[in-house]
Amino acid sequence: MNPDLRRERAAATFNPELITHLLDGSPEKTRRRREIENKILSDPDFQHENHNFLTRSERYEAAIKKSAVMVKKMREFGIADPDEIMWFKSFVHRGQPEPLDLHLGMFLPTLLQQATAEQQERFFMPAWNLEITGTYAQTEMGHGTHLRGLETTATYDPKTQEFIINSPTVTSIKWWPGGLGKTSNHAIVLAQLITQGKCYGLHAFIVPIREIGTHKPLPGITVGDIGPKFGYEEMDNGYLKMDNYRIPRENMLMKYAQVKPDGTYVKPVSNKLTYGTMVFVRSFLVGAAAQSLSKACTIAIRYSAVRHQSEIKPGEPEPQVDFQTQQYKLFPILATAYAFQFVGSYMKDTYHRINESIGQGDLSELPELHALTAGLKAFTTWTANAGIEECRLACGGHGYSHCSGIPNIYVTFTPACTFEGENTVMMLQTARFLMKVYDQVQSGKLVHGLVSYLNDLPSQRIQPQQVAVWPTVVDINNPDSLTEIYKLRAARLIDIAAKSLQGEMSHRKSKEVAWNLTSVGLVRATDAHCHYVVVKLFADKLLKIQDKTIQAVLRNLFLLYSLYGISQKAGDFLQGNIMTGSQITQVNQRVLELLAVIRPNAVALVDAFDYKDITLGSVLGRYDGNVYENLFEWAKKSPLNKTEVHESYHKYLKPLQSKL
Amino acid sequence: MSSRAHRVSLGDSWSQRVHPDIESERRRQAFDVERLTNLLDRGARNTTLRREVESLFRSDPAFSLVNTYFMTQKEHFQAAAQKRFLLHKMAQRLNWPEDGLEIDYARRALSGDIILGVHTVATKAIISLGSEEQIAKWVPLCKTYQIIATYAQTEMGHGSYLQGLETEATYDAATQEFVIHSPTITATKWWPGDLGCLATHAIVMAQLICSGAKRGMHAFVVPIRSPQDHTPLPGITAGDIGPRMGLENADNGFLQLDHVRVPRENMLSRFAQVLPDGTYIRCGTAQSNYLPMVVTRVDILTSVVLPSLQKACVIATRYSVIRRQGRLRPSDPEAKILDYQTQQQKLLFPLAMSYAFHFQAVSLLEFFQHAYNAVQSNDTSLLPELHVLTTGSKAMMTDFCAYGVELCRRACGGHGYSKLSGLPSLATQVVASCTYEGENTVLYLQVARFLMKNYQQIWETEGAHSQRSLPQSVQYFTMVHHDKCPAQNASDFLLPEIYTTAWAHTAARLVEDSARHLQVLTQSGADQQDAWNQTSVSLVQAAKAHCYYVTVKSFQDAVKKLDSEPAIQLVLKRLCDLFALHGILADSGIFLYDGFLSGPQVDMVRTAYLDLLSLIRLLG
Repeated sequence: MNPDLRRERAAATFNPELITHLLDGSPEKTRRRREIENKILSDPDFQHENHNFLTRSERYEAAIKKSAVMVKKMREFGIADPDEIMWFKSFVHRGQPEPLDLHLGMFLPTLLQQATAEQQERFFMPAWNLEITGTYAQTEMGHGTHLRGLETTATYDPKTQEFIINSPTVTSIKWWPGGLGKTSNHAIVLAQLITQGKCYGLHAFIVPIREIGTHKPLPGITVGDIGPKFGYEEMDNGYLKMDNYRIPRENMLMKYAQVKPDGTYVKPVSNKLTYGTMVFVRSFLVGAAAQSLSKACTIAIRYSAVRHQSEIKPGEPEPQVDFQTQQYKLFPILATAYAFQFVGSYMKDTYHRINESIGQGDLSELPELHALTAGLKAFTTWTANAGIEECRLACGGHGYSHCSGIPNIYVTFTPACTFEGENTVMMLQTARFLMKVYDQVQSGKLVHGLVSYLNDLPSQRIQPQQVAVWPTVVDINNPDSLTEIYKLRAARLIDIAAKSLQGEMSHRKSKEVAWNLTSVGLVRATDAHCHYVVVKLFADKLLKIQDKTIQAVLRNLFLLYSLYGISQKAGDFLQGNIMTGSQITQVNQRVLELLAVIRPNAVALVDAFDYKDITLGSVLGRYDGNVYENLFEWAKKSPLNKTEVHESYHKYLKPLQSKL
Repeated sequence: MSSRAHRVSLGDSWSQRVHPDIESERRRQAFDVERLTNLLDRGARNTTLRREVESLFRSDPAFSLVNTYFMTQKEHFQAAAQKRFLLHKMAQRLNWPEDGLEIDYARRALSGDIILGVHTVATKAIISLGSEEQIAKWVPLCKTYQIIATYAQTEMGHGSYLQGLETEATYDAATQEFVIHSPTITATKWWPGDLGCLATHAIVMAQLICSGAKRGMHAFVVPIRSPQDHTPLPGITAGDIGPRMGLENADNGFLQLDHVRVPRENMLSRFAQVLPDGTYIRCGTAQSNYLPMVVTRVDILTSVVLPSLQKACVIATRYSVIRRQGRLRPSDPEAKILDYQTQQQKLLFPLAMSYAFHFQAVSLLEFFQHAYNAVQSNDTSLLPELHVLTTGSKAMMTDFCAYGVELCRRACGGHGYSKLSGLPSLATQVVASCTYEGENTVLYLQVARFLMKNYQQIWETEGAHSQRSLPQSVQYFTMVHHDKCPAQNASDFLLPEIYTTAWAHTAARLVEDSARHLQVLTQSGADQQDAWNQTSVSLVQAAKAHCYYVTVKSFQDAVKKLDSEPAIQLVLKRLCDLFALHGILADSGIFLYDGFLSGPQVDMVRTAYLDLLSLIRLLG
């Protein structure tokens, strides 16, 4: 092992294994996760050449090969627990997307939730056995997050008892669904249902698109790959055009809404239930943000501990991580990764808890959960996106090489900012909920949950333009006190946004125009709300940690996360008279102190994430720190090095020289 | 589904023409677009010339970009090599002057997607660092491609910190040769473009050792591949460093030198010489060695970084007027996404940035020309300021352009993720520039060092005469400031004096704070290096504010000069306002901190800013 890293690990004040248990949930879960991981890593069926040296077509092929083996082996090993399935997939594919993602993550769950017993019988087992491979086709070329704009139609024909599925325009072509281009033979298509001359909005239909056996597109279907992307090279994101394509009436997913043989439409009991999958996926993305950020952090911090660049003092080349500027780049991101880890597991637990009450017919918590997941999905994915890129830049030039692994993490993660609901739209959905709550509070109603702090607004505790200094007894080392001031900031910005919305409306504008003219402020308010939620959940988590040494380490990360946030958004805290200039000075000073405090534990804190080298896919982030030798070995495998003299020399350089 | 204007059917008659949503935008322009284009090209003649050059490529299938996104890296590199070859033939056929605008425009038209970019850099390095005889010997060979040169500075273990480079050049007086050697694996030259497969020679930066003494970094011309069959010469190990996030057209390479001998004449010796007996003679300042870096940085800013941002703005803005999503009013057809305030907030700042940086680049080029001419006649007095202006501009422009391009990409929703949008390639092209040619944090700290030096100079020589001796870019340090911003209402923040002063005040305040912090630490016993490291976060902050001020100032100065074009002046002034105010809002804490701006004034800035969004939207 690299001597620098050995020193770093010896200097840590805690045992990283304990934090690993905490992140996994329990020592038993850590054990089980490693067991599965080792099984996969030692399995020759899952080995292949470094994907960075493969073409796109080769990468797709390698992925689909692994997927097929994976499904078989998962059953062999009796993996059925949702967490374990997730681990299995991610170890096999090393965190990369794979062509069966939508089959496993959307097609099967949608069947389970929205198909009738008869439909389950027809489709579920064949899909489980991969005779049917499916995708979920919602987004169209011209229409994304705004669902009502989708153009694909499903018109019921009572004579033949069939639906006619049609893509009427170029913009209505289904575009982007993963696994659609080459892999799937079925798609769940979202289309505007028209029966008896009336449009009833979006419904889901099972549409066969390729012939079983030959895998050729069926007549009336035009399907293919949408071409190269920023990342997702393993994935055959596809297009699908349907020309008055007929499917039997029984292929509409009819657990809730129904179309009778004569064409009569039967309404679902509640349309909120269809939110379920969406809420699940979005809360899952919060955890994914934490994972991607943790990986990028692991790479950048380990590399910074072995990279000796310039000298702080002449003749003593310190590692990069001793530079204050480098710590200031990376440690707040490390703290954020931990914060998001905890928020992610909170979201998962909450989803399961609320899902249970939904099962018992209690939908009361769904609106807040829906609003919370939308905003937090946007907040965490935006932050993680920027953080990953910052980690890459912190690795200097080598961060740009695929050998660092970070470009790959970035391009794989960044679509999370747009898919499953474009982030700005998500923020505005949460804003709509916050404005509703604000109105309820104004009309004297008591609100509950994470928005309950808004109850304090009418009692005039918060005065946006108050001149007198807020009587701030801020203790910048106290988690409760810090949570409190984040709360004040959020309350103030929500209040300002609500008042300016009312102002626009009372002056001149319709509700929609007023909303648009306030939207920048609304996003800002929602951002502050989400920031508060993250700080609060992190503070809550600290209280639950038994082990004192671990609690102390995480407490420093908590302080760094909250204080760094204040320092970055000092304007909000100063302007609201939540803090004074001299308090901001203290915050800035404390942030620098915390960098020094966290410094000895930095490597141990990323070790605790417990990523195997093969999952990180990074030469710079290797556990043993032997970066340079391996960088050279990696480069030698570059396709351009296959021959000593490249053919373009003979083809172009030689003629160029002899011309003159 | 009341309007179908935004639903495209294959049979629509306008599918072959300009989209009606774009046409309607163009109909309501408030100024003459052609005149603005001429302004950006710095003259209508240049616009005409540029378009002539571009048309050559548009009609030639060999230069078609149709398949660009479907190629493997190997094919991409091959195509880039082919394009360079064809371009060279074209330049000969049309008799283009060597350093003329035609070549620049050609590179612009090809988006830099050709090989031998670094060959040009290396040639320029020979011109700036070589003696007259060396220039006469090597430059014609470079220009006729008899040799292909790369510029090999960065090493596997060492980047922006030049003194840390390990490659050695030891003079052997017995044979009158230098022995060039990579002593460790970290000393391997790593990253230089055109090195992996193409170069026949490398300009190697190495620590000169003669008569037993280390003399610092010097440049050596080292042959690396055989002129006959292109195989590596004895003692040379070279190849490609493997796939990267972007730059697929390039063969970034590695180079290990095992006691490779080159004649004494191969050390570039405009500024320093080694005599046959090993005597070392310096004939210029140490800084002159960095001149090629300055040249390269300026070139990268104007030919790669800025155009990437401009193109991203074009793509995202056009797409935002033909993409319709959701409704602003229930009765309306779906709205153009550019009509959403949040979309304007995302896209108009990058647009303002691309104009701000254009004018900054123009003023930088002017200063550069001035200083470069002086250096050629051995007057190096302007070099420190040139160096810092370039350094600061490089750090700020690459940082902001990378951010801006990525903002544009994400503002295009899912389609921005498809390579066919053009945005991913622009993003990967521009982000590379944040770390090559000097890592940005290191560069900001270089700017900070310059700021500290000049600040201390004022402090030490307090008096009327001191202002004169200050470099022009930091003269604002001694301006008389108010303690508080005098603005009364939102429209006051559209006065350039108001926001420029706000930036000057805050930049100067942050410089002062850092200087004090440094002083306190050194007085309490910390040595200078520790004090510097412990102040570096605030030094970077000060340097960033300084750079922002410089950009606002140069934008504002450029706008002032446009009195003869009132319509263009107005639209550019709005962009300048937006650029300055966006920066204030993004970091309002540093303005509120010492009470220079009050809370209500920040609200005024916000009001002015939101009004600007819709005003600029209307101007098209």
